[in-house]
Amino acid sequence: MAIQGVGKVRPHQTQNERLVFEKSAPGKRGYKLPPLDVPAVDPAKLLGEACRTQCAALPELSEIEIVRHFTRLSTWNYAIDLGMYPLGSCTMKYNPRVNEFVARIEGLAEAHPYRPDSEAQGVLEVIDLLQRCLLEITGMDAITLQPAAGAHGEFTGILLVRAWHESQGNPRRKILIPDSAHGTNPATAAICGYAVENLKSNAEGGIDLDALERQVDPETAALMLTNPSTIGVFESQIHRIADILHARGALLYMDGANMNALVGKARPGDFGVDVMHLNLHKTFSTPHGGGGPGSGPVACKAFLEPFLPTPVLATARDGSRRWEYDRPRSVGRVRAFYGNTGMFIRALAYILANGPDGLRQTTEDAVLNANYLRKKLEDVYELPYKTPSMHEVVFSDRRQAARGVKTGDIAKRLIDYGFHPYTVSFPLIVSGALMIEPTESESVEELDLFVDAMRSIAREVEVTPEVVKSAPHSTRVSRLDEVAAARKPVLRWRQQ
Amino acid sequence: MAYPTKYRYTREHEWIVLDGAIGTIGITDYAQNSLGDIVYVDVPKVGDAVTANATFGSVESVKAVSDLYSPVTGTVTAVNEELKVAPDKINEAPHDTWIIKVELKDPAEWDKLLDAAAYEAFVTEETGK
Amino acid sequence: MRYLPKSPAERQQMLAEIGAGSIDDLFAVIPAEYRLARDLNVPRQQAESEIIRYFREAGARNTTGYTSFLGAGAYQHYRPVVIDSLAQRGEFLTSYTPYQAEITQGTLQAIFEFQTMIAELTGMDVANASMYDGSTGAAEAVLMAMRVTGRHRAVVARSVHPEYREVMATYLRHREMPVTEVDYVAGTGRVELEALEAAVTGETACVLVQSPNFFGVVEDIPALAEIAHRKGALLIVSIAEAVSLGVVRPPLEADIVSLEAQSFGVALSYGGPFCGVIAAREAYLRQMPGRLAGQTVDKDGNRGFVLTLSTREQHIRREKATSNICTNQALVALMATIFLTVYGREGMRELAVHNLAKADYAAKLLSAQPGVKLRFAGSPRLNEFVLETQEPAAAMNHRLLEERIIGGVELSRWYPELENATLWCATEVMPRERIDAAARVLSAGLVEV
Repeated sequence: MAIQGVGKVRPHQTQNERLVFEKSAPGKRGYKLPPLDVPAVDPAKLLGEACRTQCAALPELSEIEIVRHFTRLSTWNYAIDLGMYPLGSCTMKYNPRVNEFVARIEGLAEAHPYRPDSEAQGVLEVIDLLQRCLLEITGMDAITLQPAAGAHGEFTGILLVRAWHESQGNPRRKILIPDSAHGTNPATAAICGYAVENLKSNAEGGIDLDALERQVDPETAALMLTNPSTIGVFESQIHRIADILHARGALLYMDGANMNALVGKARPGDFGVDVMHLNLHKTFSTPHGGGGPGSGPVACKAFLEPFLPTPVLATARDGSRRWEYDRPRSVGRVRAFYGNTGMFIRALAYILANGPDGLRQTTEDAVLNANYLRKKLEDVYELPYKTPSMHEVVFSDRRQAARGVKTGDIAKRLIDYGFHPYTVSFPLIVSGALMIEPTESESVEELDLFVDAMRSIAREVEVTPEVVKSAPHSTRVSRLDEVAAARKPVLRWRQQ
Repeated sequence: MAYPTKYRYTREHEWIVLDGAIGTIGITDYAQNSLGDIVYVDVPKVGDAVTANATFGSVESVKAVSDLYSPVTGTVTAVNEELKVAPDKINEAPHDTWIIKVELKDPAEWDKLLDAAAYEAFVTEETGK
Repeated sequence: MRYLPKSPAERQQMLAEIGAGSIDDLFAVIPAEYRLARDLNVPRQQAESEIIRYFREAGARNTTGYTSFLGAGAYQHYRPVVIDSLAQRGEFLTSYTPYQAEITQGTLQAIFEFQTMIAELTGMDVANASMYDGSTGAAEAVLMAMRVTGRHRAVVARSVHPEYREVMATYLRHREMPVTEVDYVAGTGRVELEALEAAVTGETACVLVQSPNFFGVVEDIPALAEIAHRKGALLIVSIAEAVSLGVVRPPLEADIVSLEAQSFGVALSYGGPFCGVIAAREAYLRQMPGRLAGQTVDKDGNRGFVLTLSTREQHIRREKATSNICTNQALVALMATIFLTVYGREGMRELAVHNLAKADYAAKLLSAQPGVKLRFAGSPRLNEFVLETQEPAAAMNHRLLEERIIGGVELSRWYPELENATLWCATEVMPRERIDAAARVLSAGLVEV
């Protein structure tokens, strides 16, 4: 099962490591507190019945064991730092190290959120500059950085939509969502109290204008649209879509998951979008960290500004900045404090490192890379939609499925070739989807290795499909039993 | 797998068998097969009302959820507690593993359901095979 | 541009292979009138040294070198060096949500360890992989209680963090879920039990309290649980100061615990990223929001971990999901896991006791100054306390600032009845000398005799 002639990986040892609890022994220490400089206290006396009588069963390890434990675990992960991570719609781009450095600068990292505005001017300036950059990039009028992630941004954006409709006398009842959308879109509409109405994609995978005409009615609050769509296609009829909605008083919400295809080339505010969210952890290079933290700013047109979450940043005549809380029409807060400030710092560092020319070149390279992969793979994998690709390309496993090999198998086999898989089985409008987003961060060399791997797997499907179906063969663990995990969940360690 | 002829079926792939006024309800072999390994079954409580063609619960595999639609209107008289610990019974013997029992409000509803031959034809049509 | 790994010649060659004449051909699908024909008006491209200078200057304008007595939901604790050095490993920092279990076992095992530690600390059966923060976690916990009970009313203590309550209001507004607030006892700062008893009805899905509460006072959890459970409502306990769990009795009688884990080694960072987490009794697992890592075996019988019970989540159940949450706070949860491993069983207690001692010293010394009184003096607390001064709070804080001390948060901002009351926090990192310095400033306040 060794791979011949494709040169990305070679076997390499990793260390076994038990759970941290299994390495614990009473009396080992990984910490040392300084001596108390105030009188000692008796917790039982101060807390009475509220005193904890039994310590929590946390592990006890020395520092070297802690370092080895987490280092060993880390080596079991794939990461952008190791290679291409072509998860479609996730924009796994390089996370610049200077971002991490500046986010830890003392005056920023140690600032308490309730320090007086007068003592927080530095961080407020950072937030202000980021806000202005994001408004310029999106072409919108107003912004909040409060939402903690993309889905949280969607929630905030749809609350703005609802508040505006309410101010017009009717919150309306439903939100239209294309069948190609991320699952967060319908989930968001539902938690905002809206019914979800599915909008079927047309033959090109885009919005079906006739269907839209039919479905937008006086009870439609908004359309949630991802543009470019999840198949990586720009809605070239975007102005018509906006017109249809606006003519009936409905709004256009844009899921900005795919903004990496647009920055510096086109602005949602210019093509009719009323409100949108961004993902700083996608487009603006803040690290994914194994699933967060993210940041999901929401930008909107001026008519939605009165409804933004409190507080909003205001600038006084003397140029000083402060948080403005007196916002009677606001939808309210969506989280405590002001948002994931640490992510704002990183995103701004990214924008500064790029400048206008770098941001545009980044977008161009992202689109160039996706089209390069498309060109190099379209003869072996089926391309269900022939529409021009932007930053990602979606294939179908149709040819391979005929031989019993599915997208999930090809994905697992990619691991043996040294790559993280693409996004599997999404969007739902493509049967057996392979959704590939290389981002701008890949060199020609890495792209060619990926092409070699994908083509080699396609050949394996013809010759030795079993090898693909039982992959991966080179990992510490393979094909974990998800059924057993779900039937009898074991969600924590317990002392035997 | 053959579809028992004394059962009736829905287009959402539930089966029902009648014993007096009590209907016993499960899902068909086709349903369990398209869902894959079932890991969880969400059922109503005894005494809950169910309505024909409306959902009364769901079955879950690792990566999918499928709503359960009641073939009839009535009141739940029993739920299969065994499925809490062994949902895989449905995969093993779909036509012998019941999910709920319902006291029918209107026995005439039975006649509106598909018989085995009609259901099999429906499945064939749906899968295009 | 230094992040882009391509030479101009390579770009030309790639275009040629694609069959495109120029890069603009690839953007031709965007109607011309929407294509940006100018440079974005953002600052010019900067060198790394310039970026660092910009942020250093911003940090300096944020005034450093002050002693801060601020807490109120964001706590200053010592952060062991190994946290950043381990969490900054690229394999943790630059990997995605662990959907491909074979190549994300590191993240998955760390989440499993986090879930275990949170369950141990809170006394709950299970914990999830994280929520955005304590405020959204509390709101999601209320929605979870609604799903568990099938009821549609919530009772919330007024002593819950005011911003958490605002977030909850935002989340519940469109769910037709009325919220009743229950006051605190003026003398103790604890929830008014009689008022709570009156507020909880057969339609109440949950009672939500915070402990230690916003005034730093530890609530009587068994008594609160009894009242909630008598009417079939769930008790949700929100914990903003997680270090309290080292020495404060865990809320064993609660049904759901919503924890803000920022205190476990996470920088203040002007309010985020922090790390919420929901823990609960096992019976409510199916209604839990957020990701869960579970133990299983692979095809050869090796132990391994996977994300599990995903059918609760948005990517499968879409509009019927338990929550729309997708990205959470994984890396921050990892930091908390490392922090809890560093301190361990004994260390968490010792750390919490240090907090207790510092705050006890500070509360006693500061309230001994003329014109200063300790509110809720007889109630148990960890590291926060409320002072009431004859001097207007703003004036006092202004005088403290001149001595490079940031005093307590003014409570009248949220509690008009608490005029000139300030919420102070002293953790293990507060030097005695700075507490003494604050006392000297307070002693110089204008006092009417």
